[in-house]
Amino acid sequence: MRAQFVLSEIGVGLRRNLTMTFAVVVSVALSLALFGGSLLMSDQVTTMKGYWYDKVNVSIFLCNKSDAESDPNCAKGAVTDDQKSQIKSDLSKMSVVEKVVYESQDEAYKHYKEQFGDSPLASSLTPDQMQESYRIKLKDPEKYQVIATAFDGRDGVQSVQDQKGILDNLFGLLNGMNWAARAVMALMLVVALMLIVNTVRVSAFSRRRETGIMRLVGASGFYIQAPFIMEAAVAGLIGGTVACGFLVVARYFIIDHGLDLSHKLNLINFIGWDAVLTKLPLILATSLLMPALAAFFALRKYLKV
Amino acid sequence: MIRFDSVSKVYPKQTRPALRDVSLEVEKGEFVFLVGSSGSGKSTFLRLVLREERCSQGQVHVLGKDLARISNWKVPQMRRQLGTVFQDFRLLPNKTVAENVAFAQEVIGKSKGEIRKSVPQVLDLVGLGGKEDRRPGELSGGEQQRVAIARAFVNRPKLLIADEPTGNLDPQTSVGIMKLLDRINRTGTTVVMATHDQNIVDQMRKRVIELEGGRLVRDQARGVYGYQH
Repeated sequence: MRAQFVLSEIGVGLRRNLTMTFAVVVSVALSLALFGGSLLMSDQVTTMKGYWYDKVNVSIFLCNKSDAESDPNCAKGAVTDDQKSQIKSDLSKMSVVEKVVYESQDEAYKHYKEQFGDSPLASSLTPDQMQESYRIKLKDPEKYQVIATAFDGRDGVQSVQDQKGILDNLFGLLNGMNWAARAVMALMLVVALMLIVNTVRVSAFSRRRETGIMRLVGASGFYIQAPFIMEAAVAGLIGGTVACGFLVVARYFIIDHGLDLSHKLNLINFIGWDAVLTKLPLILATSLLMPALAAFFALRKYLKV
Repeated sequence: MIRFDSVSKVYPKQTRPALRDVSLEVEKGEFVFLVGSSGSGKSTFLRLVLREERCSQGQVHVLGKDLARISNWKVPQMRRQLGTVFQDFRLLPNKTVAENVAFAQEVIGKSKGEIRKSVPQVLDLVGLGGKEDRRPGELSGGEQQRVAIARAFVNRPKLLIADEPTGNLDPQTSVGIMKLLDRINRTGTTVVMATHDQNIVDQMRKRVIELEGGRLVRDQARGVYGYQH
């Protein structure tokens, strides 16, 4: 197989079919950009969930020393060991509670660090600024109120939080967007595949003279098909590169600059560049392999060897 | 070279078979005319030899191999040992004469050195020396067919299949093409040629196989076209 021969065939094919190639590039770019966007959105949700989100339903935060000075709920001072053991035994008596986990200040600090990493807020924090807490898993997550009435306002308790209540609306929105993105992606993917199949078909038809002669003189099936498959793969790869560009630009303008959400919403931990960059190889590989496979199967039908 | 053992071919969605129970053998080095009216099964015969189709019944052996037992991906290998020439030449219009011939070697992976050596050789053989850089459009029909023959012969096939090679040519030019095919036959290459051209068959006095309605109706050594029985 002579590489030069195959390469020149690819070039000729792509140029002959310029409008169709363009359509393939655009549809692959859009579908893969949406694919990447949806992956990143899932990442964003995971990042925001933090350590306890999927494990517990309700958190009872206890007063620490700095709360005792600033928070009216903790006017009676930081939580004492007696108060803690009282809360613990009360919790263990409640029938709605499935499991209780105690989180110390050190553990809270550790989990916080894991979630927020090297954000400016996290780096100025020390373990004794963290709150001790009881993390409670309920048998029925809807019974949050039972815990809230029992412990809200008790001495040593700073607050009782329904963990899901706070974030569920946001996550619901993000999830909805995610599904919408996936639906559009699936649609674009179908469009892209059909375009590829059609492009390959047109390409094979316009070169049926050459391929017929190749068959005649005993060229192998692979030799005849390779230019068409690589044509599709090259068009796909261009689309994939554009999709990668989209994602990088989107991350740049939405989070860092332009919309600048990282400063406007500085309590939310946004996905970093590493999350974006690790998606790019996946997108490029998909953009290369998917059209190649589509072309391969299209040729089995339209280019009899 | 070619052996048909009670071969029948029925195309899908057709009730009338294109070939019915054809048995024959073509030996190495023979020159065979395949005659018969349109629809008699000549093209089907050649398509079976080239394994563009598989037979419905019987066995087809080409170059000592049972074509039913050759897997699809090995068919190209088999075709490399055959040369094919058609009525419509089947040349690539945007390639020069030399490139058209070289194409047959490029696609089977011959080296540039080999191609540079064998292409002028075969072009001289078919009488096109000096026209290497012309394009098919600038050549006469006879010359185009010579290019096609050069391409078919450049890989030195053991068997040359010609489907009405003179069908588009005037009688005088046809004679030239026949002389060329005869010369190729004398190098030891078996030639099977389907034709309608009565004059050619009568002049050449080679073996004649006649098909009619898919049946083999005549197989005659040193035959003529218009033999009726």
